[in-house]
Amino acid sequence: MGRSCEVCQKNRPALRRPKTGQQVCRECFFCAFEDEIHRTIVENRLFKKGDRVAIAASGGKDSTVLAHIMTLLNKRHDYGLDLFLLSIDEGITGYRDDSLETVKRNEVQYGIPLKVVSYKTLYGWTMDDIVREIGRKNNCTFCGVFRRQALDRGGVVMKADKMATGHNADDIAETVLLNILRGDIARLARCTAITTGEDSVLPRCKPFKYTYEKEIVMYAYFKKLDYFSTECIYSPNAYRGFAREFIKDLESIRPRAILDIIKSGEDFRIASTAKMPEQGICKRCGYISSQECCKACVLLEGLNRGLPRLGISRTRASNKEGPKAESNRAKERPRSISLDF
Amino acid sequence: MKLTLEFGGGLELLFGSVKIHEVAVPPPEGETKVTVKHLLLWIRDNLLKERPEMFLKDKSVRPGVLVLINDCDWELCGTTEAVLEEKDTVVFISTLHGG
Repeated sequence: MGRSCEVCQKNRPALRRPKTGQQVCRECFFCAFEDEIHRTIVENRLFKKGDRVAIAASGGKDSTVLAHIMTLLNKRHDYGLDLFLLSIDEGITGYRDDSLETVKRNEVQYGIPLKVVSYKTLYGWTMDDIVREIGRKNNCTFCGVFRRQALDRGGVVMKADKMATGHNADDIAETVLLNILRGDIARLARCTAITTGEDSVLPRCKPFKYTYEKEIVMYAYFKKLDYFSTECIYSPNAYRGFAREFIKDLESIRPRAILDIIKSGEDFRIASTAKMPEQGICKRCGYISSQECCKACVLLEGLNRGLPRLGISRTRASNKEGPKAESNRAKERPRSISLDF
Repeated sequence: MKLTLEFGGGLELLFGSVKIHEVAVPPPEGETKVTVKHLLLWIRDNLLKERPEMFLKDKSVRPGVLVLINDCDWELCGTTEAVLEEKDTVVFISTLHGG
């Protein structure tokens, strides 16, 4: 060491930025980190003055830093946004109840209101109930599908114009890879978009699209931000875990790999002959869906009818199928379909 | 050598849910210096309670675990080759848990 910050040429450097390889001191890092996110927000026109913005908050590192940065930039640059925190209570004892305590502290620390929406109220089931019913094998599918919809419903109830999520560059690179591995062309085409659902009631955006996870964690550490970091008690998504580890291995050899994967995702041109699912509306609940019924309604029907595998096996379940068809299918090797984006 | 070790971002779960550990790490036999490489082995053998693969990989920390020596990114101090001094603080933070 012994060198000084490559930006101010004065202070002792505190970290190496993965994006640029620069050695920077703490203060110059804060400036660069905040300015880059500000530029991302402005250049991509993520918000309009007067927008009411839901910050999807789990109490974890990304959403805690997002809440901090959004309140900071909103004041500093006079965005004129009406911000609030939106959290989902999945009903996981010993996990979500603890992380919600973090979000409640964030409400006070950042001085913006908090709205909590629970699976129990929306669906009549907590994740604890669901796991008791279906076991630990496909529970992440339920949780992922339900959370996405719960956030949208919570946002709409609270009259939000937009929702901001804490997805970072590492998450997006990982999702690009996963969509390639799954051959999911429709998601591959949209997973790198900084804003999605622009024509829906509640567009979602990712202010951290170009922000490295390392910098988010370093920022939270240096700023002593209060976040929650326990793993979910119901086993994590193993396939996603492999992709994550692969990305981290690449990053340790060549940090730019993360931005390059995002760029590859952005520049994919999907052949016009590729069959894409048509977006429609769920006939039961009115939520966007490429099928007659949205995934959440199918999963929920399965739970309520005591056929929890409905909507999980690859072969599509139709309403005509009775318990017999379902029990036959249960013997097949389960292939879960995860829906994260 | 007296050191303060801190585990965060979920890593503390591998250490009996204790975040801060005041430890005395002897240098390897016949040597006077303690490097981070040596510290990692010492942690594995003396402190780690479970799932070593969540913390270590190929003689270093698992990619995605950040290391700070006296609040400085270890990438600026030589990573595993960094030489520690009396009363140094070494922080390990996992980035791999939750979002």
